[in-house]
Amino acid sequence: MPKRTDIKKILIIGAGPIVIGQACEFDYSGTQACKALKEEGYEVVLLNSNPATIMTDPDFADRTYVEPVRPETLARIIEKERPDALLPTLGGQTALNCAVDVARDGTLEKFGVELIGAKLPAIEMAEDRTLFKAAMQRIGVNVPRSGLAHNYQEALDVIKEVGFPAIIRPSYTLGGTGGGIAYNLEEYKQMAMNGIDASPTDEILVEESVIGWKEFELEVMRDLADNVVIICSIENLDPMGVHTGDSITVAPAQTLTDKEYQLLRDASIKIIREIGVETGGSNIQFAINPANGQMIVIEMNPRVSRSSALASKATGFPIAKIAAKLSVGYTLDEIPNDITRETFAAFEPTIDYVVTKIPRFTFEKFPKASPILTTQMKSVGEVMSIGRTFKESLQKALRSLETDSYGFESRLFEEPGDYRRGLSNDEQVKLQSMLRTPNSERLWYLADALRSGMSVEQIHELTFIDPWFLNNIRQIVDMEQCLIQAAELINNPAEETLRDLLREAKQYGFSDRRLAQLWRVDEQEVRSLRYELGIRPVYKRVDTCGAEFEAFTPYLYSTYEEECEAAPSDRKKIIILGGGPNRIGQGIEFDYCCVHGLFALAKDGYETIMVNCNPETVSTDYDTSDRLYFEPLTFEDVLEIVEIEKPTGVIVQFGGQTPLKLAVALEKAGVPIIGTSPDAIDRAEDRERFQALLHKLDLLQPENGLARSFEEAEKIAERVTYPVVVRPSYVLGGRAMEIVYDVEQLRNYMRFAVKASPEHPILIDKFLEQAIEVDVDALADGSEVVIGGIMQHIEEAGIHSGDSACALPTFSLDDTIVDEIRRQTVALALELGVCGLMNIQFAVKDGVIYLLEVNPRASRTAPFVSKATGRPLAKIAARVMAGKSLREIGVIDEIIPEHISVKESVFPFVKFPGVDTLLGPEMKSTGEVMGIDREFGKAFAKAQLGANVRLPLSGTVFISVKDTDKQATLEVANKMREGNFEIIATSGTASFLKDHGIDVTRVNKVKEGRPHCVDAIKSDQVSLVFNTTFGAESIVDSFSIRQTALFYNVAYFTTVAGMSAAADGILAMQRESLDVTPLQEYHPQNG
Amino acid sequence: MIKAALALADGRVFYGRAFGASGEISGEVVFNTSMSGYQEILTDPSYRGEIVTMTYPLIGNYGINMEDVESWQPHLAGFVVKEASDFPSNWRSEMSLDAYLKENGIVGIQGIDTRALVRHIRDKGAQTGILSTLDLDADSLVAKARKAPSIVGQDLVREVTCKEPYHWTEGPWDLENGYEGGSDAALRYKVVAYDFGIKRNILRNLVACGCDVTVVPATTSAAEVLAMQPDGVFLSNGPGDPEPIVYAQENIRALLGKVPLFGICLGHQLLSIALGGKTFKLKFGHRGGNQPVQRGDGHNVEITAQNHGFAVAPDSIPDQVAVTHTNLNDDTIEGVCHMQMPAFSVQYHPEASPGPHDARYLFDEFIKLMENWKKRAEKN
Repeated sequence: MPKRTDIKKILIIGAGPIVIGQACEFDYSGTQACKALKEEGYEVVLLNSNPATIMTDPDFADRTYVEPVRPETLARIIEKERPDALLPTLGGQTALNCAVDVARDGTLEKFGVELIGAKLPAIEMAEDRTLFKAAMQRIGVNVPRSGLAHNYQEALDVIKEVGFPAIIRPSYTLGGTGGGIAYNLEEYKQMAMNGIDASPTDEILVEESVIGWKEFELEVMRDLADNVVIICSIENLDPMGVHTGDSITVAPAQTLTDKEYQLLRDASIKIIREIGVETGGSNIQFAINPANGQMIVIEMNPRVSRSSALASKATGFPIAKIAAKLSVGYTLDEIPNDITRETFAAFEPTIDYVVTKIPRFTFEKFPKASPILTTQMKSVGEVMSIGRTFKESLQKALRSLETDSYGFESRLFEEPGDYRRGLSNDEQVKLQSMLRTPNSERLWYLADALRSGMSVEQIHELTFIDPWFLNNIRQIVDMEQCLIQAAELINNPAEETLRDLLREAKQYGFSDRRLAQLWRVDEQEVRSLRYELGIRPVYKRVDTCGAEFEAFTPYLYSTYEEECEAAPSDRKKIIILGGGPNRIGQGIEFDYCCVHGLFALAKDGYETIMVNCNPETVSTDYDTSDRLYFEPLTFEDVLEIVEIEKPTGVIVQFGGQTPLKLAVALEKAGVPIIGTSPDAIDRAEDRERFQALLHKLDLLQPENGLARSFEEAEKIAERVTYPVVVRPSYVLGGRAMEIVYDVEQLRNYMRFAVKASPEHPILIDKFLEQAIEVDVDALADGSEVVIGGIMQHIEEAGIHSGDSACALPTFSLDDTIVDEIRRQTVALALELGVCGLMNIQFAVKDGVIYLLEVNPRASRTAPFVSKATGRPLAKIAARVMAGKSLREIGVIDEIIPEHISVKESVFPFVKFPGVDTLLGPEMKSTGEVMGIDREFGKAFAKAQLGANVRLPLSGTVFISVKDTDKQATLEVANKMREGNFEIIATSGTASFLKDHGIDVTRVNKVKEGRPHCVDAIKSDQVSLVFNTTFGAESIVDSFSIRQTALFYNVAYFTTVAGMSAAADGILAMQRESLDVTPLQEYHPQNG
Repeated sequence: MIKAALALADGRVFYGRAFGASGEISGEVVFNTSMSGYQEILTDPSYRGEIVTMTYPLIGNYGINMEDVESWQPHLAGFVVKEASDFPSNWRSEMSLDAYLKENGIVGIQGIDTRALVRHIRDKGAQTGILSTLDLDADSLVAKARKAPSIVGQDLVREVTCKEPYHWTEGPWDLENGYEGGSDAALRYKVVAYDFGIKRNILRNLVACGCDVTVVPATTSAAEVLAMQPDGVFLSNGPGDPEPIVYAQENIRALLGKVPLFGICLGHQLLSIALGGKTFKLKFGHRGGNQPVQRGDGHNVEITAQNHGFAVAPDSIPDQVAVTHTNLNDDTIEGVCHMQMPAFSVQYHPEASPGPHDARYLFDEFIKLMENWKKRAEKN
């Protein structure tokens, strides 16, 4: 059927900030949708608050609203833009919920907007547990025993039906927030109430636990002609009980007979039809009883999901793009398959390789969070790998994770050693518990269990992991034994058995690095041996069809077989190395830069080649680059690609720390790194060389020193005087960075930090209290430097720059200071010979400028600055690296916008109960949002709203601040009074404010007895919390205030600067309500 | 480890590890793109004379059970996989793939670059090959492959058809009862099924639709069939080239217009020839569970299981015959029906097994056809 001509303007909703459960896969799907619909000639209007997305680049939509993804904002945009249709199925749960709100409140009807993709009744039937269950019963598909509860009594009634263990799933939450598994009544009561609290509809589903059953997912697509196809089946290695986002998953399904698979397929088709998802992709999850094949359906997402991104990357079938085309009336048989060119989207991809996804966790960031995996998602990213066998795919995935794992390193045994030594009792207990309770390290313990002599059956009994997976891991462990025994052979490369063994090991996915560990040699030696024996990878294509048709898209993965399909061209070409899995400190921002680099270089006539292993990203879309290598970002894997492609240049400065770490080694191996030289990068990263640089340029940094022992550290801290900032060298995201106030704290830190980074000494800096932090992004070509943007942080120095809100342009700094910052930036860029992007962090205290850090690479803020100024920094940087001068590109002056852009960070605290929400030098945010407006207060308020923090317009503010903040709090309190807020405060703060003539009511601290401030928050008497604290004891005392605010969704600020900005935001909103403006109006020159 | 080699007539040789039985066999080297269903493929008589390469690399993961069989034994000549699993895992599994092939004398090879082989077949065409664990000499093997008989012009049907007629009662499989559940459909239609190499799931589907099925040998004459007074005659799938199966073509011609006919795969090709059409050999055929078939002129597409190396030539279709189904990928004919006489057929496998169930409605169409024919007969 031809596309619809009765609709012309389509509004797409993005997913907003990156949070746990909703990451950059929705940028990938949204970008595809925008592209597809524009291609079809539709006018596209986009709403997304996340500046680091490709979809919010002004050229992907006609009208791009970087505004909060909230129903009220959406309604305002609808009113202003009058779109014909709203496509809500590509922006995750956030977009879907938002669309449901405007559908229910009549906005869509009022403005004549049609929901396309999925209609309201379909969304409701899929999302509402009762409706879903009834629908499944109508079509004869089994669901687990379950019941709904909205309060304590209902919860108690339901559990009698369901029995233990029971799964608690709050309705309408992301990634299962607030859910869990209860094994007894006591646990259940607690979890049920938490779940009801977490649900926006105060509802939980209590469900029969099918823990231990096998879990499968099918990705389904349907068109308006009622054609339904299955794009991909996915089998979870982790059985039921672990959220699928936290599970290791494999595509296609491995252990189902065709009879069983067809049962899932038939059920999926019935389900999508019964629910009535009209067009596009849906994800359906099933559990299967391994004992008798009994099948039940767990849930259905009536939209594109994280799994659909994975399925798209796993098969080469672009689900989101096709979904967008189906939503405007095309049918599957009309849409060509880009990869084969001669076939159509109406088919079911078949793959001739195995795809493994492993989630990436960051429990190290949240030491107080429980590292146990449950039905609530906790991972922050994932890697995918492709191999011709499960073993190869799995081992490639391990090294893609970048958790310093290159294979199944032992967690319990010394390597390479006699694994059969037997385990001590303690080790036995530890092993059992690591196997029994799902956790992020379990995979490695499975290997140790096998090494310790446990049988596959025994491990299966503890883990419920299918024996097929366990047997594959057993083969890897057995191969390790063979390799260890063959260690002497490696000095005799002529030996035939060595060649065979090494080839087989590589086919099993062993990395050179792992082989080096097993053979106790250097990785380089393994590589030389491998080259000598001619054991080199070949590259196969992902083609949707198992080679039945020719593939025209070079989407490649490595394996050790006979035939290579890489077919590299002899064009001038540039490789960009990606950022690997998302994690805290390295997220979508770096993928954004990579993608921009690819686009710009393609425009300049280069063949572009992408290397990455993150299935969520735009960079790993097969049509983002000319050639895509879906490979781990290790030295070995990258070098092999370089050798086959022989590129003109390789760019390492876009993908964050991941490729940067490889720079020196790659350059040594003769790889042409373009852009800022690895030596310059080292000069900025190496403490001593950096100091020499500063000395030469006569620039200041906080007093500091380098300590290799506690004694040295103590001496340095005394010299520079406490408080000090301590951290290991070469880290991203402030990993293990802390502000230390006394010698005792320093001693504790050293114990922890030495463990965190044994090879590197500890850096100690004087901590500049109450300093203003400034971030600068700049472009340089070796002879000219242009400032990209100067951002003033809202939180003071000491809060990690990735966690701090910031504004562009600066809002309270003297011009002379800003000019001096410019001068220093230029001097540094020229001295370092920066070619491309650089980022510098300054601190300003008492009119003095200190240099905190220089990063001669793309920074986390590059996308934000690009959106704020309308100048695509990463694109320009890529062209500069490839040899163009800034002048040639026409980049001459700094752009200082008239409008204010505020970036705010988004935190995962709600997923980690027990973790304090206080900000510090260690980065904890998962994503960011942007607010743009003509004045600071409104831009800040928008940024807050985008981050789901709703600043109240009236009510009571609770204030409790530490002594050193009291003076600064006066101004904030005055503003709140000006805004007609009531103020309640704890004793110290209250009397201080009273003494300064502010009307305030005293409220008890928690330890002073009830009713206290936490009671006030819980009973909805408080609409805003301002709380700063200092010292271990006070932090513990006030912890419950912050936790309560967090869980009761009351806006809270934990720094004076944040409080002050919030007050400005509230006053601005009181004067005039927020309005929306598309980026294209802020930057008409790019329109 | 025993080595094995696979040599193609055009000179390409692959070395790998033997599994299953040892020996040396020849056959046409083809590939199947189904990711599941190897057991059904092994036991499908249509694979007689074929060396089947699975494009999905991991085969044998769920083992072999006693239920998922399409005939009494494996039929294909040889089996080629990237990695055969030695540790099957499934609640119904009773033995490993390796053990099963050994037991049934089927030669297998694993550990070769199956994707390279598939690409080779795709580009150069399906061709005769030798799979051997006895002779590993490339030149000798290629020479043998060149001498081995081609599948074109051979009557393979005689090798797989039943010797005697038999009555079929088993209904479709279900999860809880296997085949024990039986079918609750009343058996209201007497159907004679020609066995050219019939898959059991066709029979099970017929039973589920209410057919009382008698299976007869491929050479049974039309007169004998008509003497059984059937409500409909089913023309089964089967191996190889339809051209040399002249006896079947003649019998079908004699049945046309006298009784409703429904053909699948080889049965479709034979019916088409009987109606005046011609067949030709496809470059490498269609084998897999993801082939899109367009129904009529509209936008309805069904995902189908296919297994054929020959197809009906579009320009050979006589005027009274309509093309009802077309392959969306390459526009080959997937289904025909006669505009006056009660006869229709499809190139693909509505019985699935393995593969998707999208086309099951065709069995209902057969029932409808028989029903209408009956009514007409009653009226006259």
